[in-house]
This record gives sequence, structure tokens and C-alpha cells, in this order.
Amino acid sequence: MRRLIPSRNLVVGAVLTAGFAGLALISFVWTPYGVTGVDIANRLKPPGGGYVLGTDQFGRDILSMVMVGARTSIAVALIAVGIGILLGVPLGLAAAARRGGVLDEVIMRANDLIFAFPSLVIAILITAIFGPSAVNAIIAIGIFNIPVFARLVRGGAIALWQRDYVLSARVAGKGAARISAEHILPNLANLLIVQGTIQFSLGILAEAGLSYVGLGAQPPVPSWGRMLAESQTLISIAPHIALFPGLAIVLTVLGLNLLGDGLRDILDPRIRKTRR
Amino acid sequence: MLRYTLRRLVSLIIALAVASVVIFVAVEIVPGDPAAYMLGINARPDTVAALQAELGLDLPVHERYLAWVGGLVQGDFGTSYTYRTPIADIIGERLWVSLPLALYALILSTLIAFPAGILAATRRGSVADMLVMGITQLGVAIPNFWFAMLMVLVFAINLRWFSAGGFAGWEHGIAPGLKSLTLPAIALALPQASILARVMRSALLDTLSEDFIRTARAKGLTRRQTLWRHALRNALIPVLTIIGLQFSFLLAGAIIIENVFFLPGLGRLVFQAISQRDLIVVESVVMLLVFAVIIVNFAVDLAYAAVDPRLRRS
Amino acid sequence: MTLLRINGLGLEIHGTPILRDVSLEVARGGITGVIGESGSGKSLTAYSVMQLLPEGSAPRGEVLLDGRDIALLDEAALCRMRGNDVSMIFQEPMTALNPVRTIGDQVAETILIHAPRTSRRAARRRAAETLERVGLPGDQFPLSRYPHEMSGGQRQRVVIAMAIALRPKLLIADEPTTALDVTTQAQILDLLKGLVAEDGMGLMMITHDLAVVSDMADDIVIMKSGEVVEQGPARQIFGAMTHPYSRALMEASGHVPERAGAAADAPLLEVRDVIRDYPMARRHVLGPSRMFRAVDRVSFNLAKGESLGLVGESGCGKSTLTRAILGLDPIQGGEIRLGGEVVTAGHSVSREQRRKMQVVFQDPYGSFNPRHRVGRLVCEPFHLFDRQPRSDERDTALANALESVGLKADDANKYIHEFSGGQRQRIAIARALIIRPELIILDEAVSALDVSIRAQILDLLADLGDRFGLSYLFISHDLSVVRSITDRVMVMKSGRIVEAGETAQVFDTPAHAYTRSLIAAAPRLPDHAAAT
Repeated sequence: MRRLIPSRNLVVGAVLTAGFAGLALISFVWTPYGVTGVDIANRLKPPGGGYVLGTDQFGRDILSMVMVGARTSIAVALIAVGIGILLGVPLGLAAAARRGGVLDEVIMRANDLIFAFPSLVIAILITAIFGPSAVNAIIAIGIFNIPVFARLVRGGAIALWQRDYVLSARVAGKGAARISAEHILPNLANLLIVQGTIQFSLGILAEAGLSYVGLGAQPPVPSWGRMLAESQTLISIAPHIALFPGLAIVLTVLGLNLLGDGLRDILDPRIRKTRR
Repeated sequence: MLRYTLRRLVSLIIALAVASVVIFVAVEIVPGDPAAYMLGINARPDTVAALQAELGLDLPVHERYLAWVGGLVQGDFGTSYTYRTPIADIIGERLWVSLPLALYALILSTLIAFPAGILAATRRGSVADMLVMGITQLGVAIPNFWFAMLMVLVFAINLRWFSAGGFAGWEHGIAPGLKSLTLPAIALALPQASILARVMRSALLDTLSEDFIRTARAKGLTRRQTLWRHALRNALIPVLTIIGLQFSFLLAGAIIIENVFFLPGLGRLVFQAISQRDLIVVESVVMLLVFAVIIVNFAVDLAYAAVDPRLRRS
Repeated sequence: MTLLRINGLGLEIHGTPILRDVSLEVARGGITGVIGESGSGKSLTAYSVMQLLPEGSAPRGEVLLDGRDIALLDEAALCRMRGNDVSMIFQEPMTALNPVRTIGDQVAETILIHAPRTSRRAARRRAAETLERVGLPGDQFPLSRYPHEMSGGQRQRVVIAMAIALRPKLLIADEPTTALDVTTQAQILDLLKGLVAEDGMGLMMITHDLAVVSDMADDIVIMKSGEVVEQGPARQIFGAMTHPYSRALMEASGHVPERAGAAADAPLLEVRDVIRDYPMARRHVLGPSRMFRAVDRVSFNLAKGESLGLVGESGCGKSTLTRAILGLDPIQGGEIRLGGEVVTAGHSVSREQRRKMQVVFQDPYGSFNPRHRVGRLVCEPFHLFDRQPRSDERDTALANALESVGLKADDANKYIHEFSGGQRQRIAIARALIIRPELIILDEAVSALDVSIRAQILDLLADLGDRFGLSYLFISHDLSVVRSITDRVMVMKSGRIVEAGETAQVFDTPAHAYTRSLIAAAPRLPDHAAAT
């Protein structure tokens, strides 16, 4: 057996992810400054001094904004992944259990249809009708996650349904639902964890993009994407206000991707076999 | 091959039909009365009635849908409420920015990703591999619009090699137009190239561990010959899937990037339309984007069959 | 005259020793059979000759081809050697060919790689000739065929064509017929023998099956755990094996377990005119749906306590029939009765009926959910009882089941990956046994096992059958296994039973032409071979 040495990817990824999650949690009880007030006297202060990361055009502390923004990004992405898993996994399991049936066909065609609408297009449709908000951003990203998980689970489950242990379970009189729960889902857990981290990081990117174009979280809720949108016209005179929210996005996404790679190295039996 | 193409064509038409229904329902049914929605709460009843008549809202739902689809097939998207001009004309104009931008980015991303992915796979574990993997790891994590802003800061504001935004148009030849699309295309291409390079690398590594690669080596082919003659074409199958998916991301990404560079493309159009509540323009642009994605996926399906003979006979 | 001489070959992979001091020879125009079970290092010995070793390999010793040490050649010289002086064919014909290139291209490539100035036309002509030589004439198998349009045996012929296109001096065959049916195997072996004789090639034939090489090899090398344990001229080796392992291997290959075999007259399983159709892909999108008849009006009886064999080649419908009997798939005609009651197919088989039959599958690695402990795995059939057993009842039954298959009661707390292939198959039998069914269906249950392990499992099955009065339906493609453990046997071809009867009678005086061809094709150990 291979010893479980956490890879460098895993450690760096876990530290970055935990770091930003920690910042988001701390922001509930403490931030260096408030994020709603306007303080014109201290506008566009460079990093250093009393403001670690400087201030924006309204004199708000950028560190505090980044901390509270982390909350928005993580919450939106996490809930969107949750929607994808909660709806996509049962659909994928059902499609695999009744492979080739009407249900399978309907689920897979619906998935194809959603794939034809990139998440941004879904967001545009939703916003055009219901107006922009963080909830609508969650729905737009979440809808796009459903087919991702449904396809992943269906593909993995179809392979598992051919396994002899599933046939043995059928010979033992177990039904499709019970077999899915006992034999299929647990053996897809690793796959889901890895894909979950990937979709989480994609969700952070999508949320940033949506709030950048004004389709995501609305003022006064701070979000990284909107901070970047607001900094755009000032980038030549105060580059720092565009730098830090962007870095926050990059580091969070990087952390999640490294974490996903690290988890895959540990959990994916295919890779584990070749390393042994 | 013909049968395969026909089958794909049938599913393409079904996909378009279903998508059009979804979009029609979302835009024209869900908001209740689109005319009242577009005019806002302070509109006078007679203006609402006039717009209702203009949009044909007095007709039954199925007739409105058929009229809309019938118009689409003939290139008639209706008339924009805010611009008071045919939507087809507006879109046609904007398409000449968005489509070249997406294609430019797609070409750039493929040109970067293929050599990088092949290099990394053939020199697995080398410095070159680690460099490619490191840079792409970062490239995947960078939001394209932020990367665009940084490039504006460096290449437009500090170095003054490019203008910070706007579009030169195609009237003065291809070069000025392409130049104003270069920074946006690079910004769009970098994250996509990173993904594509990683997929290329892993697909090649997977293929290189197949039995038939061992057979080829036993025939006396060098590593290099096995790669070019046997591995690459097989590795293209997953890579094609990603290129197909990427096109839809590039179109969506183009919409965002247009905002950074103030490009008069579909992205600007759709956001203006949203803020002006011009539902018909939103509906048309969304339908067009979905149409493009479905067409590209059709093309990818055909490319599969060209690469993989096993598909042709199905 | 010696063509290949391996001298003191050692091999480590990432520091793990794989081969130790392997020495063997292949004569010009001679056939050397290298025999060993899995893990014996026989394949890596072959790859050492090709110098195509996995990453992290550190070989030692000499590999002399025509007196020239291959180990000292650089990569460019090795590439000139491979496919030209030394060629190789592989075990798995389904994956050994590039799926996206035509067979003509792939055979011509061998020629073009070693003689780049050959015109494409000449190379293709030569490819066509070579394909013709291996039994793929151009009028039936044009160069434009793709691998997926051919059967496994045909693909193996293409692989052989690529290997012999340049008439190499040495051909290495790594289990070339293991993945093939017995009649196809016989054809491929004949082809190889013929090519060796025509071209005067040396052939190094690697196999786990003594019988395969027994009537073709001039010399035999027996390997175990990375070492050569015995070698010499075939006649001498089969006449008197000296090493205990070789003798055990020999004994295991022809092993016949002892059985009392008391079959009653009462039928346990009755199969009447069973039909099983599969829907096939439609020709047109709107075309009529087509059916493939996998099982075509099959009828037979299995008596209580009887061991009944079902033999046939892949695709003959034997596995489909098994699934129908187990009630996993619906049947389209006929009737299956178990203990006098009709087995209604699909999901509606009653638990009572399911309690009477259990199954053991082929793959010892895919038969268990890797996330459950052995105890839970073995107890799964308890689900068939309306009242779940109390935990002490359960534990007693579990301990009894594990002990009766030769495992320990506390193995129940381990995970499946802690067991070897043979032990896993014992666990699979324990799982089938735990609810004391009357019928156990063994679907290729020993086919994936090495011969020595297979002999042990067959002994176990014979013993359990006698102790618990079990009936077996023994499904296999391997005639020798079926012969050793069944009372009666049925031969299946294209969905039909073509012959059925007492095992000894069917094997000694086969009535149907297909049965005769199967028996003729099956490799046999020479009669004079003695294990003592």
C-alpha cells in the first residue's frame, strides 16, 4: 500500500482555500474598517499606512471589502455547486439505472439543451426577466452545474452497473434504488469530490464575471467582480484598487484547483494503481 | 458517413426547436405582459396598448411563437423598441465585432495550446513540462476580464502599444480592426489555451499508454514517430470535445470582454437592452448565441467522425 | 544454431527485483516455449529482448541476438532492430491496433519505417501480400478495412502480418491466443507454426498454458517468481519434470477433482424452449427495430445434486442464458422452472426463488464492492429473507461460510483488496453458499485464475458439492475444466444447444461436428507427459 503523503498541490491548495474561507468567516465578526460608509478624505490611499491594501474612490478599506467579498463569492459558488449535486446526482443515477429508457433519454436531452446555453446566457435571460441579484446569479450558475454532475454520475454509474458486484446484488434481490445507494453512489464519491472542487472554482470565476457586468450581487453587498468593475476607470491613477480583488479571485480559484488535483491524486484509484 | 451526418442534422434541428421554445417562453410568457414590462410601471395605458399591438400580443400564444420562428428563419428578428430599427440590422453590425473576436481568440488559443500540450506530454516531468503545467495552472485561475484590465494597464496605458478600447472598424482594412481586437482576443484566449493545453497533455499521455502505441514501438517506430503518427490523432478526440465547449465559453467571454474594451459587439448590445428593458433584442441575441453554440457542436460532431472511423458506420 | 541467447538477465523496476539470473536460448528456426503463471516474469523477459521496458527499469546481464548484445545498442539502433530483426505480437488483439488507421496503412508502416525509400505503392502491395500470407486475402479484407470492422482472431492476424512483414529472424509472441476462442486459438497457432517453418524464424512463445506449447515447442522454459526453475528440450521436460514447481504446474493443468457426485432423479431446474432476443441498433432513424436472437429455444433439465456443464465460445449466448436463469433479464419465449415453480423474469422474481440459486462470476476483482468489508459482502444474500437474521445467527452463518471455503472467520473484518485473486474467488463462493442455495451457477468462475489456484478452487467446489448436496451449472469456454468437474455437458453454438450428454461420452465420442471441432482445437498435454 502507498503511504498517504499529502502532495504539495494538496497542501498549498488546502492552505489557500482555508485562508480565504477563514477571511470570509472572520468578516462576519470583524473587519478592519466598515464597508458601507463613505470617507472622501481617505479616498484612493495607496497600500500601507493605516490601510493594508489601500482605499477605493469612496475611501473604503480594500482589505475589508475583499474579506466581505469573499463571503459573497464563496456563498454563491458553494450554493451553486450544491444545486448541481442535489439535482444532478439523482438524475444521473436514475438515468443510469434505467439506461436506454425514456427517462434516460429525456434527462440526457435536457442536459444537452442546458449545455447549449452557457451560464452567462442563462444569467442574461434570468436577469432580463427578474432583474439582477445574487440569487439569480446562483440560479444561473447552479442550473449549469446540473448537467455537469448528471453526466459525470451517469457515465460512472453505467460502468459500475456492469460490475459483477452489482449483478450479485441483483441476484440477492436488491432493487435499483437500493443498489444505487449502496453500491453505485459510494463508489462515485471520489469522483464527485474532485468534480465538486472544480465546479466550485468555476463558480467563483462565473460569479466574478457576472457581478463584473452587473448581473450578480447588487450594491451595497461587496463582491470581487463589482470591485473590479468600479476600479476600471481609475486603473491608470490607482492600480491597487484593481489589483487586490483580482488577486483574491486568482488565489481562491488556484487554491481550489490545486486542492482538486491533490484530492484526485489521493482518491482516484486509477492513478493510485499506477503509482503503487 | 451520410447517415451519421443526417442523424446529427436531425438532432441539431430538434435542439434548435426546443431552445427556441424555451427562450420564447422565458421572454414572452414568464414576465406576464411584455409590453407593460418593457415600458415600466409609469407607462400610460394607451402607450402600453400601442406597444401590445406593435408586438402582436393580442394574438394567441402559438401564433406568436410561429410568427417569431417564421421571422427568424427569414432573418427577420423584429424591430427594436428602443432603437426603432430592425433588430437584424443591429445584430448584423454587432456580429462583425463579436464573431471575429471569438474566432480570433479560438485560433490563438489553439495555436498556443497544441504545441504547449504536446511539449509537456512528450517531455513529461521535464522543466518544460513543469513550466507549462505551472503557467496553465495560473492561466486557468485568472478571470479573463481582470487579465484584460491588467493588459490595458501595461500595453495601452504604460507602453501605449495599443489603444485602451474602442473598435477601429473594418472600413480601413483588416489590420486596424484586427489590432483593436488583439488585446481582447489575447485576454479571452489565455484561460482557454491553459485548459486546452492541459487537456491536450493528459489526452496524449493517456493515448501514449495504450496497447497500440506499444505495438507501434515494436514495429520499430521511434518515440517521436509514434507520437505524430499514432498518438496525436487519437488524442484529438477528447481535445475536439473541449474545443467545441470552448467556443460557447468564448462567445460568453466575448460578451464580458467587450465591456472592458468598449467594443460595440453583441455583449454591449445585450447589456444596453437589459437596462432599457428591450426584451425583444435580448431574446434575439440569446437565440443567436444558442444557435451559434448548437451549430459549433454540430461541426464538432462532424469532426469526430472525420477523426474516428468507428463513428462513421453507426 | 543459437539465434537468441539470454545470459544472466536481471531486472529491477523502481528498485523492486522482478527477474533474477534468467538464462535461456532460442535456436534459429526453433520454437522455445516460456511458461509461467502471472507474476513469473515471463512477459518482462520478452520485453527485455525488445528493450521496451517500463519506466524505471534497470536491467542487467546480456541479451545476445546473433551474438550481438542488444543491451549495448543505442535507441536508434534498437529502432532499426525492432520490427526488422525482432518482432513481437501481443495478448490483446482488440487493443493492439490503432483504431483510427486502416489495416493496410498499419502493415505498410512496418515496411516504410525500415525502408523509407520504398514507394507507397510498393509498400501497400507488399502489405497486401503479407496479409494474404496470414490468411486475410485482399478480396475479403481490403487494405482499407479498419480494425473495428474485424473480429479478434482477424485482428490478431493483422498484428502478425505487421510483425512478419519484413521476415524477422526472431518473433516473440506474448500470450498470443489467451484472449481468443479455442477454435481461433488453434488456427492462430497453426499459422504461427507454418510461418516459422516457411521463414526459418525463431519463435519465443510466452504462455501460461502448458498445453498450448506442448505440441509445438522444441524447448521449454518454466519460470516462477522471476526465475527459471526448469528448462530443456520439450520431449525431455514433458517426459520427466524434476523441479517440484514444474510438476505441480503439470499436475494442476490436468487436474481432476475427486467427487462422489450423487445426482437424484428429481429435476431442480427445468428450461423449456427459452428464447432471448436483444434489440439492435436501427438501420435508419425511423427504420424498423431489429432483434438479435441470443438464445434460441434452449431446453434442458438439471437434476438435484447434479453438476451440469455448458460450453461454448464467446458470443454463443451462454452468459445471456445464465442471466435469464438468474431472472436478471426477461425472456421472450419459453419457460424456466426452479424447483417446479416458474421463474418470472425481470425484477419480479420472488425472493423465495432467488434463495434457491446463487451465482459466482468470473472476475475476482470486479465481483466485490471495494468499500464494504468481507462480512458485509458475504452476508448480502441475507437480504433475500423476509426476517433478517439476528446478529449472532448472522455471525455463525458467516463464520461457517468462510471456514467452509478455507478462510478464517475473522477475515470478515478485512476489506477485499487485502485478498489475492484465488482468495477472492473463495469469498465469492462463500457469498453464494451462505444462504445454502440448492443451485449455484458458476459463470466462468475459474477462468481468470492461474492453473495451480484453479485446481484448488475446483477441489473446493467438488468438496462443497458433496458436503452440501449442491447442484452446479458450470459455464465455461474451457473444455478441460468442464470435463473435470461435470456429470453431464451441453455444447452451445449461436444460441442453440447442439449437443448434450454424459460428459465422458460427449468428449470421447462427440456426435455433432461443432463439438468435434471444439475438442480437436483444444490444446492437450501429450499423453506421455508424466507428472511423477
